[in-house]
Amino acid sequence: MYDAGKIMTGLVVFLVILTLPFWYSGAMGKGGARPEVKLPEGEKKCVESKEYMRDSHMDLLNQWRDAVVREGKHTYVSEGGARHEMSLTNSCMKCHADRAQFCDRCHVYLSLNPFCWDCHLDRKQTGQGAK
Amino acid sequence: MAEGPKFDQIAYYTHDDLLKFDYRPPATGWMDIPANLRPGTWIYPGKPKHLEYLDLPNPRAWSPADEDWKLPENWKEIVSNGIRERLDKYRSFRVFMDICVRCGACADKCHFYIGGGDPKNMPVLRAELLRSVYRNDFTTAGKTLGRLAGGRPLTVGVIKEWFHYFFQCTECRRCSVFCPYGIDTAEITMMGRELLGLLGIYVNWIIEPAANCFRTGNHLGIQPHGLKDTLSFFADDIEEATGVRIDVPMNKKGAEILFVTPSGDFLADPGIYTCMGYLILFHELGLNYTWSTYASEGGNFGLFTSHEMIKRLNAKIYAEAKRLNVKWVLGGECGHMWRVLHQYMDTMNGPADHLQVPVSPITGTRFEHARSTKMIHIMEFTADLIKHGKLKLDPSRNDRLRVTFHDSCNTARAMGILEEPRYVLKNVCNSFFDMPENTIREKTFCCGGGAGLGTDENMEMRLRGGLPRGNAVQYVHERHGVNRLAAMCAIDRATLSTVCEYWAPKVKVMGIHELVANALVMKGEKKRELNLRLQPVDETEE
Amino acid sequence: MNVVLPFFAVLALILAGYVGVKVLDLKFLFGVLLPYAAIAVFIGGFVYRIVRWAKSPVPFRIPTTCGQQKSLDWIESDRLDNPHDTKGVIARMALEILFFRSLFRNTKTEIKDGPKVVYGPNLWLWAAALAFHYSFLTIFVRHLRFFTEPVPMLVGLLNEADGFFQVGVPPVMVTSLVILGALGFLLLRRLFTPQIRYISLAADYFPLFLIIGIAGTGVLLRHFVRTDIVGVKELAMGLVSFKPAIPQGVHWLFYVHLLLVTTLIAYFPWSKLMHMGGVFLSPTRNLANNNRMVRHVNPWNGPVKVHTYEEYEDDFREKMKAAGLPVDKE
Repeated sequence: MYDAGKIMTGLVVFLVILTLPFWYSGAMGKGGARPEVKLPEGEKKCVESKEYMRDSHMDLLNQWRDAVVREGKHTYVSEGGARHEMSLTNSCMKCHADRAQFCDRCHVYLSLNPFCWDCHLDRKQTGQGAK
Repeated sequence: MAEGPKFDQIAYYTHDDLLKFDYRPPATGWMDIPANLRPGTWIYPGKPKHLEYLDLPNPRAWSPADEDWKLPENWKEIVSNGIRERLDKYRSFRVFMDICVRCGACADKCHFYIGGGDPKNMPVLRAELLRSVYRNDFTTAGKTLGRLAGGRPLTVGVIKEWFHYFFQCTECRRCSVFCPYGIDTAEITMMGRELLGLLGIYVNWIIEPAANCFRTGNHLGIQPHGLKDTLSFFADDIEEATGVRIDVPMNKKGAEILFVTPSGDFLADPGIYTCMGYLILFHELGLNYTWSTYASEGGNFGLFTSHEMIKRLNAKIYAEAKRLNVKWVLGGECGHMWRVLHQYMDTMNGPADHLQVPVSPITGTRFEHARSTKMIHIMEFTADLIKHGKLKLDPSRNDRLRVTFHDSCNTARAMGILEEPRYVLKNVCNSFFDMPENTIREKTFCCGGGAGLGTDENMEMRLRGGLPRGNAVQYVHERHGVNRLAAMCAIDRATLSTVCEYWAPKVKVMGIHELVANALVMKGEKKRELNLRLQPVDETEE
Repeated sequence: MNVVLPFFAVLALILAGYVGVKVLDLKFLFGVLLPYAAIAVFIGGFVYRIVRWAKSPVPFRIPTTCGQQKSLDWIESDRLDNPHDTKGVIARMALEILFFRSLFRNTKTEIKDGPKVVYGPNLWLWAAALAFHYSFLTIFVRHLRFFTEPVPMLVGLLNEADGFFQVGVPPVMVTSLVILGALGFLLLRRLFTPQIRYISLAADYFPLFLIIGIAGTGVLLRHFVRTDIVGVKELAMGLVSFKPAIPQGVHWLFYVHLLLVTTLIAYFPWSKLMHMGGVFLSPTRNLANNNRMVRHVNPWNGPVKVHTYEEYEDDFREKMKAAGLPVDKE
């Protein structure tokens, strides 16, 4: 007794599931190219370097939150000596005003759901400031 | 100097000496430790005449104690081809060679390991003995990386090691219950023994019965007239005990049922009383059945030799059923016999289209679960009788017995007949106590002498292997005053007698149908003052 | 040897990843060529192994029965541990594969004075094995967020669920801790249980070290060494859409992580890790105990030499007649 049919069916099912990444996105009509983010038009320089902001902005935001909420500090001094108010809404979103055009682009691409928006609102959604 | 006991006697071994071992393995890796073939651990090799009778290769006189085992010149090639052939014929073998992850769950499940601490008796290492050669010669990793990939070349030392350890495995399948992939060491051992067989390496305690069985129809070599005499003597003893003269139908054409039992039941205490039990039961039922001298063996030492030998010996049962024109076949109390009847017979020698689905002529029960093989176990038959109230039983006749039950490996793990014997036992005796949970049913322990290891010259290993079972028996003896161990297996009845004598000396062994017959109230019987052993019924033992 | 060599082999892989990417800048090799090769080897090897197994028949039906058989109507049979039909077999296999049923039976045997052989429950191996396998599966599925666009909702939810405790930014995944704990237990057990150490081969340590390496670099990349994960996904999506490209700004440690995964993928089909496929093919588990109900056919069942009744009677006829036993030929 070989049960060849059952084994081959199992093998095919396994391989189809396993190779899901190779056919899924094509089937969904998406190429998976790097998302375009809308950069602010006026401002060229962020709080820190572009690389740092890209890889570690969550650390910075976390640091800011702790400083503001727990220690009552409000001013951040960057590597280059520039001073910024530690506020997502008032500093970050002053330039990156459109969450959907900026934050969400990468977050959605990577299926990330940061808890920033559990408390903060973006102006676009509500038409007014969060504070 | 007075002669002391020898290595094939239990008196040679003290508990203290035997238990002087440590589960911690030695510092030296197992590949670097050659087999220690000391007397008491191995079985005498097959005599040339038996090999010749069965047309087996390389018959010669030799001893495992010799340096030279007189292997055929091209022995390496023979083994290598043998492995390849079996990899292609058995998925079990190929898969089990490949997928072990050495998790170690099986390690302390083997009775030989528990009672001896030899790491090569851990099922995983027993398999590695063969797997290492498989890797070395049949896998890319093994061929290129050798020992680093767990491979080792095939040498005479490896063959000796295989002989030592594949005849220290009783194919009981307990490890297989615990293995997350169901790897069955019995399969590995069967392959290992087949490979050794290709070189003419057999043990006499297996191959002589196999040769006997081929010629005379049973392992003991009882010839037809001898079997008739034996059963007549039983009838005499039965008459003495019960006052009832019973018939022994033999080779009777046109009988409804062919009855086949292990030949161990024809010889020696306590198997013979089980056999008398069958005779009494069948007589009382007025069953239209027959014994056969040609198919006078239910057991099958082919199982311990090779798949081919299983088929060669097993063929007689269906052939005889056809010749005698019976409707179906009933099988007696035996362990490995039922492994063969349940898992191999129909495939090998079926389909048994000349037979009918077994129907009990007494109760009318149709045994649908045996509708293809057409053979049922006597415990199924008797349990059905009792359930339908067809037997008049007086369990108080067994009152001086406090009984426990040993699940035989093969009936437990290759069939699953667990409740039927317990049901029968509880109906024929008033004091029944199970052994601890980890030692019964699918977790039951081997008697230490199954798969052809139940002889005397390997007594040390038998006593070691018998420790877990013996100890569980001793436990119920101490706790519940158990004095009888019931077993539905001829090998068990023989080997557990030794195991109990050594590890649980107050407990004696008996078959279930001996208990049934003691309790069975027969038509026309005299006052039952003697049991089947012709001992007074009332007198309390010990 | 069996421990040290696999350990250094994994270290060497890590070093190779570092040197190859950071020093020699072989990003295309490590990021594209090797992963493609590994996937090809995996698929080819996996199919080869399964087909190889499938080509050997199952000549006999040999389930290991772990409960009451199906026989008389009034005796309840154990349908899970001794199944007699396909439904039961499927349930038994599901229990085995999803919950490691057999490993759950594990006991520990000891001999105490007396002698007394005692058996105790021993569920550590079962728990660690289950923890490891399920964490691994979760992590595998979680990583699909790098290989799919749009990310399937299930994968997103799994990521959310795994980071449920919201400790740290990005949140620590429960499975990261569980898998490292389970791997640590499995490794320590192998190293310090004398019997297990004795039976272990290099092939048992290598996958452990390798997966520890993978999980370790993964945790580093998530929590300690930040890299441009958009770039990581760009690389992954390039691979699966067959438009491979090497993005800028991805940390060398990612390539080490990738190299270890690549190694695991390529190594898988040739190793004991194939128990993943093999467990489905184990004849002691995947067959129904319906031996006496339905005949099992052995494709190579051939004739063997038997001793027929006629030959038997020829051998013993006179003795049979003398004993009054019937004979076929006078």
